[in-house]
Amino acid sequence: MDLASFWFVLIAVLWIGYFFLEGFDFGVGMLLFPLGHSETDRRVMINTIAPVWDGNEVWLITAGGATFAAFPNWYATLFSGFYLALLLILVALIVRGVAFEYRGKVDSPRWRAGWDLAIAVGSWVPAVLWGVAFANIVAGVPIDADGNFTGSLLTLLNPFGLLGGVVTASLFALHGANFLALKSQGVIRERAAAVAKRAGPVAVGSGAGFLVWNQVARGEAWTWIPVVVAAAALTVSVFGTRRRGDGWAFIATGIAIAAALVALFGSLYPDVMPSTTDAAFSLTVENASSTHYTLKIMTIVALVMTPVVLLYQGWTYWVFRKRVGPQHIPPVHVPTGTE
Amino acid sequence: MDVLSLSRWQFGVTTVYHFLMVPLTIGLSLVVAWYHLRWYRSGDDVYLRLTKFFGKLFLINFAMGVVTGIVQEFQFGMNWASYSRFVGDVFGAPLAMEALVAFFLESTFLGLWIFGWGRLHPRIHLATIWAAALGTVFSAYFIIAANSWMQHPVGVRFNEETGRAELTDIMAVLTNSTTLAAFPHVISGALLVASTFVMGVSAWLLLRRNERLPRADLDALRKAMRGAIWLTFAAFVVVAISGDFQARLMFEQQPMKMAAAEALCETETGPGLSVFAVGDVSDRSGRCEVWSIEIPGMLSFLATHTFDATIPGVNNLQESAEVAWGPGDYVPPLAITYWGFRAMIGFGAVPVLFGAWLLWATRRARTLPRWRWLPALSIAVVLTPFLGNIAGWVFTEMGRQPWVVVPNPDGLDAVRLLTADGVSASNSVGLVLTSLGGFALVYGALLVVEVALLKRYIKAGPVATMPPPSDEGDGDTSDDDRAFSIAY
Repeated sequence: MDLASFWFVLIAVLWIGYFFLEGFDFGVGMLLFPLGHSETDRRVMINTIAPVWDGNEVWLITAGGATFAAFPNWYATLFSGFYLALLLILVALIVRGVAFEYRGKVDSPRWRAGWDLAIAVGSWVPAVLWGVAFANIVAGVPIDADGNFTGSLLTLLNPFGLLGGVVTASLFALHGANFLALKSQGVIRERAAAVAKRAGPVAVGSGAGFLVWNQVARGEAWTWIPVVVAAAALTVSVFGTRRRGDGWAFIATGIAIAAALVALFGSLYPDVMPSTTDAAFSLTVENASSTHYTLKIMTIVALVMTPVVLLYQGWTYWVFRKRVGPQHIPPVHVPTGTE
Repeated sequence: MDVLSLSRWQFGVTTVYHFLMVPLTIGLSLVVAWYHLRWYRSGDDVYLRLTKFFGKLFLINFAMGVVTGIVQEFQFGMNWASYSRFVGDVFGAPLAMEALVAFFLESTFLGLWIFGWGRLHPRIHLATIWAAALGTVFSAYFIIAANSWMQHPVGVRFNEETGRAELTDIMAVLTNSTTLAAFPHVISGALLVASTFVMGVSAWLLLRRNERLPRADLDALRKAMRGAIWLTFAAFVVVAISGDFQARLMFEQQPMKMAAAEALCETETGPGLSVFAVGDVSDRSGRCEVWSIEIPGMLSFLATHTFDATIPGVNNLQESAEVAWGPGDYVPPLAITYWGFRAMIGFGAVPVLFGAWLLWATRRARTLPRWRWLPALSIAVVLTPFLGNIAGWVFTEMGRQPWVVVPNPDGLDAVRLLTADGVSASNSVGLVLTSLGGFALVYGALLVVEVALLKRYIKAGPVATMPPPSDEGDGDTSDDDRAFSIAY
């Protein structure tokens, strides 16, 4: 395999890492209102992801940086082309990130309600838009001879793109519910399992429809394998939830997310961003990539650093492995702001 | 306004905003890590208070720095697609390295530090804040390497066939002389921001909360203030030395920026440095027209460490630029570079003066004088190194205009790009106006919130961030069920 193709795989791995990890913390945010009926409920939920969400988000920054370094043309066309969608994602990530840190800093129900809304909206928006974006990357968008996107936000909101949004949103919600069932105690755990039961069929249905659609339109023979794996994993997750196998259910949705991305990236290759204007304008692994030297340097850095990162991030999850329950939530202890 | 100006405004606004948080994050992470180390070593409650108090203020600021940082990375592609295509082979590498080496370290270990109180072994807990602080320093290094490459491209060749810059030597990029000079300047500038913050906040609390805060708090704040004064001095010395080094490099590498720093229109031998000027410095018919107070020979000294060097003026450099690169305006906006340069130095020096006065005022355990305006002054001083940092960046980034990648005078000048040629071709005015307006709105609102929170937490003093008296006495709760000492 040439280095450019290797980097295509590596970028896929980074997105898998991002969707697997931030997928569940998006899910927790998306379920904040449906599951968190009281202030303690919500704090239990937020504290299951509190120590890790920021580290999860770095996978996105790394995926972006790696795309810039390894496929500058892809990065340039994608980011300038999907401008408004990315703007919405950025604003969502901004208010969501600040919300986690700020919501507990003032003891006022109104203050917390505002930030809770920021967490919920800030989780839903990217959860939907990442799906829309990826569906359009794979299906192709109008790109001219200079590599510039010639559509608008509405171009992205086609049926396939919108279905992609439903898929990521339902997958992340399910993944988040499974995570909560695994990482919380008491009433949140019960409610999360109940939601997982209801979200399961939506994720299975939309996910299967989306992947089969993609498969029929542009799949390779071998990408049927990840499609089947994704379907099987989602089924396992549904059964895992029924039988109270929280860990299995969570791992299963994780595998489903990974397999779905493998199917998408697999059907995309060797393009990285096909043009619907003219196939000759498509960005490919070859014409969008950096030079061999740059890829070689980046390969060394990635091969050295990624295991180290996985090791210490894994350790973080080990340190905070305990389930979070209402008894763990300390009373509010913040300055009152009065003189 | 056209897409180019709007995109430049957006980059300027979002970057300046981001850089309000960055130096405080870098500097304060090191300061808090230092307090934590002292507490670990001595067990002295004073340092626990300082760790908790300044740690809390650090986190309020850090959250904003993180989220506004993602915008920075996305923006190159969103608004500067042509730039990204041209430089991606070189410029993308340090950004990706920053994420892999620095951001993961910073975010992961900061999470461990915040929530690790009472859950991690004390020594490991101490190590996590140092790892996070190290991450912020690494991140500065990589981003400075990327920026320095734009100021002075090295380790690169121009591919005529693709019309793109191609990396030939990564070590040359990472050890670029421009990087090696800028990095200590940025880190010491960050430490200056943090030390002034600690100094000003402590002084304010000692003045305004003298009666309300417990004695232990006041002792801690006095200690913090004195330490911060010395750190301010030390940081300023490094800022000055590295800045002096940078000036000479700049003269070699970007003579136009050097001339623009003084708005020196005509070539002069042994030119002076004006402290300030009255009138329009951007009038290129000659600076002689402008009334100014000048330190004789100082510009020459900054550029070469001799008082009688010949420093080319803006107009002559413009002429030679046209010969080299064709017709065009190669002069940066002089009013901005001239005043930016002075604001950088002026604002940067204020904390040193204030610190020296504080030291004198509190000599032999004297208490600070109860002047009515002193508390407000100590908070105002906190703002000055922020302004100095911003002015420095505005100077250096505007000083390289109209280039986004400045041609390297040592023969690599095929690798060059005008800012105007870097902008995304697919963006419309409406689109960029939308994002600029959106960012301005969200950033503006969040700044109000951040400042309000900082104010509230500063006012409450260290005592408010100390753990409440625990009820560990009742033996009913097992270890597993005890409440976390820190939770969102």
